[in-house]
Amino acid sequence: MEYEKVKPSRRKFLKSAALIAGTAIGFKSLNSSRYLLFAAEPNDKNLPWYGIVIDIEKCIGCGKCAKSCKIENDVPQEPFFFRTWVEQYTVKNDGSVNIMSPNGGIDGFEQQVPDGEIFKSFFVPKMCNHCSKSPCSQVCPVGATFESPEGVVLIDEKYCIGCRYCVQACPYGCRFIHPVKKVANKCTFCYHRLKKNLDPVCMEVCPTGARMYGNLKDRNSKIVKFLKEHTTQVLRPHLNTGSKLYYNALHSEVK
Amino acid sequence: MDPHIQHLYEMLSKVQGYIFPNELDLQWGILIVVYPFITGLVAGAFILASLERVFNVKELKPTYQIALLTALSFLLVATLPLISHLSQPQRAYEIMITPHSSSAMAIFGFVYLWYLMVVLLLEIWFDYRESMVVWSNSNKGIMKWVYRILTLGLSDISPETVRWDKRLGYFITIIGIPSAFILHGYVGFIFGSIKANPWWSTPLMPIIFLFSAMVSGIALVMFIFMVISYIRKQPIEMKVLDTIGRYLFFILILDFTLEGLDQIHRIYESDESFEIIKLLVSGKLYLTLFISQGLFGTLIPLIILAFLQFYRRAISIRKTLYLVVSILVLIGVYSMRWNVVIGGQLFSKSFSGFTSFKLGLIGLDGTLMALFWLLLPIGILAFLLWLLPPWKMVERKE
Repeated sequence: MEYEKVKPSRRKFLKSAALIAGTAIGFKSLNSSRYLLFAAEPNDKNLPWYGIVIDIEKCIGCGKCAKSCKIENDVPQEPFFFRTWVEQYTVKNDGSVNIMSPNGGIDGFEQQVPDGEIFKSFFVPKMCNHCSKSPCSQVCPVGATFESPEGVVLIDEKYCIGCRYCVQACPYGCRFIHPVKKVANKCTFCYHRLKKNLDPVCMEVCPTGARMYGNLKDRNSKIVKFLKEHTTQVLRPHLNTGSKLYYNALHSEVK
Repeated sequence: MDPHIQHLYEMLSKVQGYIFPNELDLQWGILIVVYPFITGLVAGAFILASLERVFNVKELKPTYQIALLTALSFLLVATLPLISHLSQPQRAYEIMITPHSSSAMAIFGFVYLWYLMVVLLLEIWFDYRESMVVWSNSNKGIMKWVYRILTLGLSDISPETVRWDKRLGYFITIIGIPSAFILHGYVGFIFGSIKANPWWSTPLMPIIFLFSAMVSGIALVMFIFMVISYIRKQPIEMKVLDTIGRYLFFILILDFTLEGLDQIHRIYESDESFEIIKLLVSGKLYLTLFISQGLFGTLIPLIILAFLQFYRRAISIRKTLYLVVSILVLIGVYSMRWNVVIGGQLFSKSFSGFTSFKLGLIGLDGTLMALFWLLLPIGILAFLLWLLPPWKMVERKE
């Protein structure tokens, strides 16, 4: 029996051309999922990629961080606008949890639960988590909120339209609308200080060194060493916000 | 002291449990309740109009133009509460010229413009062109010119051209149906995609918004149809009311089922937010959720509509019942928007407490302003019905 050799026909060529083109378009559209998935990456080799560690075991609840932040960053003094604040958690013997943050902890704390009823009590400083997949940046309709090449989430105040979608999108309650500027406001990680090689003010004033920051890309940095030696956790890990604020000794009661 | 700051100090005493300090300032007020309510009416009214056109539901013919003009009147107003709510409204145009590709909200302007320019205006124009040419010829003075301008100078009304008007109008209606779905499904997505907020974050949200939109739009057209018939001293065609009522009944069942499914799912899954949401619905949202939305806005209308499916006697009773149903359903859907928008902001994202919402009477974010945005479309509709009366349109025998 003799077989006739099939010549590559024009049809076959068109078929494979279509396949290649289709695959290319397919990959291209896969790539376009980047429009839906928002994620910042440390692309600039020469710049650091900042992460933060807050050591709950070291925080004494003095509120210096919240106070200095308000002064440094011109945050309104009223007790409803904070770029950073301190929460006091008190777990009672009956299992109920009492959380408070009077004036963000600036004026200190007074334990309201009688000593005999306290199971445990601790302080949790809060601030922007500078998420790499930050929900607030994702939803900003004009891109006024963005991530700096160092992984710091910032706001362009001259661009923000004040729609407040970002405030809704932040799971950590870190944003507010500035009552005078009428635009979104939040922790800038003291970007203006970082650029002058100064530490963020909350880190500088903390008397116990409960706050620490550093370059996550540098394997020899203090922060990477700390993360290696301690069991740390981010807030709301299931939301996959790519938080870069790591808590040491985080209690399960903390939200 | 700044009145807003003063208001916040007032609210400080009303906090229950623990909320993050920045959460005291409730970001989205009544204007954002009004906005999805209005867009829902647009989408719903349009879908009702499409039923006549695409699915050839002949009984709905007398409501076709009314539904379209209602959709247009409300759509023209839809953006205004949104823009006036921005704290930098003068920058609103940035959303159109520099939209952020990953933001759900950034698409708003485009969805809106597509719907307004491509769908509604074109469909109405094709539908009215022949009549406008005739009106332009039969009128004198300024109205002659108004109609002539509205026809954009295309005054050919030969049977062939008019047939093309019909064909293109039909084609646009077909594009319009998915567009209406997108318009309102999209509004639902704005809320449903916020993972930080468990009261909003559900993939069902766009679908729920869509069905409640249809329910509200159909109820509104039913109401307006009855009012127009009353003003024009025309007898209401019961055939029309019964047909709208039947559609309202079926879609309300679907809407109720979907919302029920959402809640049952929430209860059964009972994730970390369950306790706070349980407190929310049994406390601060009790009146607006169970009484206003559930009982008056859904259950009572469902019972009445079910009854009307087989009760065919006294016309006056049926008319009254339809009127009651349409008003109740509108109140119910408005309450639903309230429960979503305000309800979602009342509990803290720490899931440990509640803030409070106090609705003011005056001011940009007050009741009167919200009422104004809700009534303005009615005024526009009255004007449009005067300019383009559906009952004076040229009827051509096919």
